[in-house]
Amino acid sequence: MVLKRIGLGLMTLLIISMLIFVGIEALPGDLAEAVLGQNALPETVASFRKELKLDLPPHARYFAWLGDFIQGDFGKSLANGRPIAELIGWRFANSLFLAGAAAAIAVPVAIILGILAAVYRNTLFDRVISMITLSAISFPEFFIAYILIALFSVQFTLFPSIANINVQMNLGEKLYAIVLPCFTLSMVVIAHMMRQTRAAIINIMASPFIEMARLKGLKRLRVTVLHAFPNALSPVINVVALNLAYLVVGVVIVEVVFVYPGLGQLLVDSVSKRDIPVVQASGLIFAATYIGLNLLADVLSILSNPRLRNPR
Amino acid sequence: MPHLLKIEHLFIEAESDQKTKQIVKGIHLTLHRGEVLGLIGESGAGKSTIGLAAMGFSRQGCRIVSGSIVFDGQELFGAPREALRKIWGARIAYVAQSAAASFNPAHRLIKQYMEAPLQHGLMSSEEAKENAVDMYRRLLLPDPEKIGYRYPHQVSGGQLQRAMVAMAMSCQPDIIVFDEPTTALDVTTQVEVLAAIKYITTQFRTAAIYISHDLAVVAQLADRIMVLRYGELVEENDARTMLANPRKEYTRKLLSVRMLRKTKNLSDQKDDVILDIQGVTASYTGQNNVLENINLTIRKGRNVALVGESGSGKSTLARVITGLLPPVQGRIFFKGKELSPNLKSRNREELQKLQMIYQMPDTALNPRHRIRKILGRPLEFYFGMNRKQREERIRELLTQIELPESFIDRFPTELSGGEKQRICIARALAAEPELIICDEVTSALDQLVAEGILHLLQGLQDQLKVSYLFITHDLATVKAIADEIVVMFQGQIVEQGTKKEILTPPHHEYTELLLSSVPEMDPDWLDNLLKARKSGRAKIKPHEIIPRGSLENLPRPAG
Repeated sequence: MVLKRIGLGLMTLLIISMLIFVGIEALPGDLAEAVLGQNALPETVASFRKELKLDLPPHARYFAWLGDFIQGDFGKSLANGRPIAELIGWRFANSLFLAGAAAAIAVPVAIILGILAAVYRNTLFDRVISMITLSAISFPEFFIAYILIALFSVQFTLFPSIANINVQMNLGEKLYAIVLPCFTLSMVVIAHMMRQTRAAIINIMASPFIEMARLKGLKRLRVTVLHAFPNALSPVINVVALNLAYLVVGVVIVEVVFVYPGLGQLLVDSVSKRDIPVVQASGLIFAATYIGLNLLADVLSILSNPRLRNPR
Repeated sequence: MPHLLKIEHLFIEAESDQKTKQIVKGIHLTLHRGEVLGLIGESGAGKSTIGLAAMGFSRQGCRIVSGSIVFDGQELFGAPREALRKIWGARIAYVAQSAAASFNPAHRLIKQYMEAPLQHGLMSSEEAKENAVDMYRRLLLPDPEKIGYRYPHQVSGGQLQRAMVAMAMSCQPDIIVFDEPTTALDVTTQVEVLAAIKYITTQFRTAAIYISHDLAVVAQLADRIMVLRYGELVEENDARTMLANPRKEYTRKLLSVRMLRKTKNLSDQKDDVILDIQGVTASYTGQNNVLENINLTIRKGRNVALVGESGSGKSTLARVITGLLPPVQGRIFFKGKELSPNLKSRNREELQKLQMIYQMPDTALNPRHRIRKILGRPLEFYFGMNRKQREERIRELLTQIELPESFIDRFPTELSGGEKQRICIARALAAEPELIICDEVTSALDQLVAEGILHLLQGLQDQLKVSYLFITHDLATVKAIADEIVVMFQGQIVEQGTKKEILTPPHHEYTELLLSSVPEMDPDWLDNLLKARKSGRAKIKPHEIIPRGSLENLPRPAG
């Protein structure tokens, strides 16, 4: 079962790599001309095309690209000629750092809030939590980002509005730099996870074994956390993974707003510079992250089922 | 002697669709220490609601309106949540109908057993563990030392139900409320669970409220019985007196043993074989055979009862006959013509001659179609009738199934369970079939309603000479209406013949086990049976003929 899921994940990834390639292939205009400018001599263009292997048929280029990619050779950037692996590596690590920090806050907060909202459902507490998280999810993230900047770095000047980090900084400094983007991202994903947790638990709370647990004289919190939550894990894991994937992949806007040196920002820059190899590589890395996290969620939610974990 | 539990003037309301309905109307109930009180009634009698109310608990949507529930001097109605919590599990425990649904699938059995004594602060973890093993041993669970470390899905239905009885005993409560604890079980497993409950109530002098719709089951355990209907008391009496001498008509009806079948002339004629199954073997996975070399013939106008416990393959056989599951081996002939093994390649006439009625009338009828459309569809499909002809025929059918013609404009949700099942019968009849497969058609219905359905099927058969393949696990039904009986066990036919042949000894060992496990309206039946099985006087001992656990470890498909 698990192997099948992994196989399907790899298949999806292969299909996405094709889509990325075809998509870029379908872009109007010639790459060489675009890079060299309109005044370039035809000979220069031709030799440049040869260098980029653009004279080969598309399928040959696709397999050459894929082959190199699998071996870790991402090619070179067109804009500055540096190896893409080097370019992406640092930024991807930054993106993961930001996403990781946001997840470390958002996931526990969302799950705890979700459980509490389920325990005290339909009370004032539940409604207030629902309202706040729903408002947070309803605003576009750049809006939240600017509001946070206006509040915390303009009005109160507590945190920097530009999340600039570099290799020399230690962990504390880095964390301080990303407080606002991290907070923005958390606000966006908490609502979704919290509501799903609440719904999953409330759904389980209607089961006969919950009634049984209550009639054994157990406390409400114990019933919810020990009896309902383990059985609600599967939907919760799925929504958490989806949101983690969003954190990594969907940070583009937040990275741009806070001028954070992550993969999203690189992608945006590269698109405007027509640095096609970088766009391809980043696209594929995003896809791999997304699929990988969803795969992990699938595997975990299979494993969270005691029937599958402990066969008869 | 003061009462352990005294309920007075209990009124409970249920709310659905913004309408409140009284479901318990002024019930009085008393329970002495060590006494077993049986609550009997059909669905809607309010018996489960009363059982839960005895704990001061009401389900979502229900509300105890007024009355008093005094347990050991303490008023439970309106008591604070915390006070109730201290009583639940520790002094009054609950045993639910379906152990499979009421055990938490994520935790081991022993952890769930230990939870109540630990959380109530009654025992140390070590004590609770020892206690659990002791109780598992007393209730004759296999491998009592280790069974607690299994997850609920890893033990069989009967074992799980006994584990739940054990769990209810974990704090040695004063009262246990048993809410239909054997209804979901096969008869042979039911005996084991009843024995466990009997042991608890006699050995520990635990008082109990035993809720059931089956008077014969309650009779084995209860000292006193209350018969309920529509939330009101019909009659209350000492168990033996009530069985011997019921005062009310309703109780008499519940007590009456069904015997509907007149003895028919069962002499065989050459050309009246409707369905002939030859050497059918079937499998869902391609590896394990669910059916093994089945041979079966059904003759015109006969009612062939297919009996067996869950997992015996009886519903699978119905799927094979209807073509839903093509067999791995074997052939099926309908009136001498071979039927295509696959439903898709059967022609319209073959489809028409073979109809089916299902267990759950609720799910078998499209809730968005009016009766007119439900019954009109086969008429149009098989006979191409126009609107006027259909209308006429539908009215005729409704009369045949003893429902008013005005039902033609109704939706299924506007009908009761028994009425819905009648519509299902009419839908099968509309096709003018020669064979109807009835798959547990009465198991979802109340006793008296079920009896009405059986009467109807009986009458239709006499009138239309249609044959039935009557799949059921309920031997009382079989005794009531079958002409021939086929006993299935683990995918094989162990015995078949006319009703007389099968029901008169000597029996096949499994048939004997099955027949002896059906509770009788005799308060001493269980004691005698257990004594007989123990002393070996009985010809059978369940675990000798049937390899241990094989009965229970079969996969149990839903229904």
